Amino acid sequence: MRQVLLIDFGSTYTKLTAVDLDAPRVVATAQARTTADSDISTGLNEGLALLEKEAGPFRFEARLACSSAAGGLNMVASGLVPSLTAKAAKLAAFGAGAKVIQSYAYQLTREDAEEIAEIRPDILLLTGGTDGGNQETILHNARRVAGIPLSFPVIVAGNRSAREECAEILSPSPHPVFCADNVMPEMNRLVIEPVQQVIRQVFLERIISAKGLSETQTLLDGILMPTPSAVLEGLKLLAGGSNKRAGLGDLVAVDLGGATTDVYSIADGFPTRANTMLKGLAEPRVKRTVEGDIGMRFGARGVLEAVGEEAFGRLTGLSDDIIEQVVAKYGAHPEALPTNPDEEKVDFALAVFALRTALARHAGTLEKVYTPVGPMYQQTGKDLTCSRRLIVTGGALIYTGQLGNIIREALVQDDPWVLTPREMLWRCDQGYILSAMGLLSGYGRDAALELLLGAFGKEEEDAACK
Amino acid sequence: MDRKTIILGVIGADVHAVGNQILNYAFTDAGFHVVNLGVMVSQEEFIEAAIESAADAIVVSSLYGHGELDCQGLRDKCDEAGLKGILLYVGGNIVVGKQPFDQVEERFRQMGFDRIFGPGTSPEEGIQALKEDLGVA
Repeated sequence: MRQVLLIDFGSTYTKLTAVDLDAPRVVATAQARTTADSDISTGLNEGLALLEKEAGPFRFEARLACSSAAGGLNMVASGLVPSLTAKAAKLAAFGAGAKVIQSYAYQLTREDAEEIAEIRPDILLLTGGTDGGNQETILHNARRVAGIPLSFPVIVAGNRSAREECAEILSPSPHPVFCADNVMPEMNRLVIEPVQQVIRQVFLERIISAKGLSETQTLLDGILMPTPSAVLEGLKLLAGGSNKRAGLGDLVAVDLGGATTDVYSIADGFPTRANTMLKGLAEPRVKRTVEGDIGMRFGARGVLEAVGEEAFGRLTGLSDDIIEQVVAKYGAHPEALPTNPDEEKVDFALAVFALRTALARHAGTLEKVYTPVGPMYQQTGKDLTCSRRLIVTGGALIYTGQLGNIIREALVQDDPWVLTPREMLWRCDQGYILSAMGLLSGYGRDAALELLLGAFGKEEEDAACK
Repeated sequence: MDRKTIILGVIGADVHAVGNQILNYAFTDAGFHVVNLGVMVSQEEFIEAAIESAADAIVVSSLYGHGELDCQGLRDKCDEAGLKGILLYVGGNIVVGKQPFDQVEERFRQMGFDRIFGPGTSPEEGIQALKEDLGVA
């Protein structure tokens, strides 16, 4: 029996999954508290002991890990025009599994530089200009960044004509410099894979040890990627399949956390209605966004601000005062669970509005334009209205008994110009299968796909959860 | 890269794509680096494209008669966005109905356009003008 251990060092829990590659099946799972502040292997060993007790003994031929411990991968992105290279930089960083703490457009000011110094990013991404286009801004920004008296890796992925000069400007500074292909080599064309590879490489070589996560190296074959990248890998495999088995096709996934909400889509998102033209930056088929202000606890305030008290009142039937009170409590006590019917109602509304808001921000929009030849539509971003499969994850959702109702309610979208999915078959990723199989996909691809399809692709259950 | 970069597009709610394709082909063939934004292009899109690609000129087309409304304020926005002095061309069927071209030309010059081309202009005329204004041999 060939056994592989998959580990996800989460911010709170270290989750372990033991897989039998031959069957293939998940043999056992376990979780223990993450011990990132002392020695991360303490938590890992605890989890391993639990795993052994459940279904041991094990002889793992590989131990693969992803991590969002010690704050995850924090990035700052900078570009030229907000809707062009600055957006491209953000999309690239999100897609590489990073949290984008702040993003900047145009020339960085002295205050911006001070703010970046305070943020202390794990990586700073410098972009700007199409190839052969604007050089002035990225060169100015390189000089600003060179002047920040800290040492964090800087990745230069802007106008190729300015690449060498940027590297020269930055080389005397304390920042290690890496270069990648331009994220937008020509107008509206996004090229993010090369820079994502460099982000991955910097994460592996530098960030892991900088965060004290390398202590575990003797215990495992290395931390391969940030957890969100593992989730993306899992989704990509599940959607696309292999040359032996078909995948499920287009997918949307939402990870609703306490502080933030991640949305993933694996879909081209091309226009689905006639007379529609795609405008602006062409978005990647594999897209991830992170809503930093939307969550169930720390992010509760953000949800309330995004949709307003009136909408909350309508859905819960509660007064503004009570809603305000519960949201304040949740914001201050991230561990709090609902203790009475009112709090349960607010919890329900938070989940609904967080999902709805995060999906709306991730998806594209449509605009009607009257022309002499009749009405036309302009689409910005992705049209996900015809996406049919949704995977939800996140502790807050997994443990509520209301998941079906939450999703049904969240998919209601009154605004016809917002291109969110309207009707979906949903699944819940209870066992953190997505990240585990995303990790496994680089090692045992067929086994990973079979386990993913087993967990998310059963047609008879689809009919039941519609 | 001493090729001159020009931004090309049909402004406003105008969907006429044929002339746009012809100009794209002709300008590219004449040695320009053409960033073609296609049809239904807003002023903002012209400007953003010109910033990112450090363009030397913006060439605006319009066929459907509303060009005068669509083009108003473009020069001011260019100035605001730091594209001071960028070459602005407009051409096509740019006003409603048949009006004396010298009056049309004057109005568009007032709006900040460097060159104004009427209906039926050949691509060669535009190329010649670009070459002169951008100092291309």
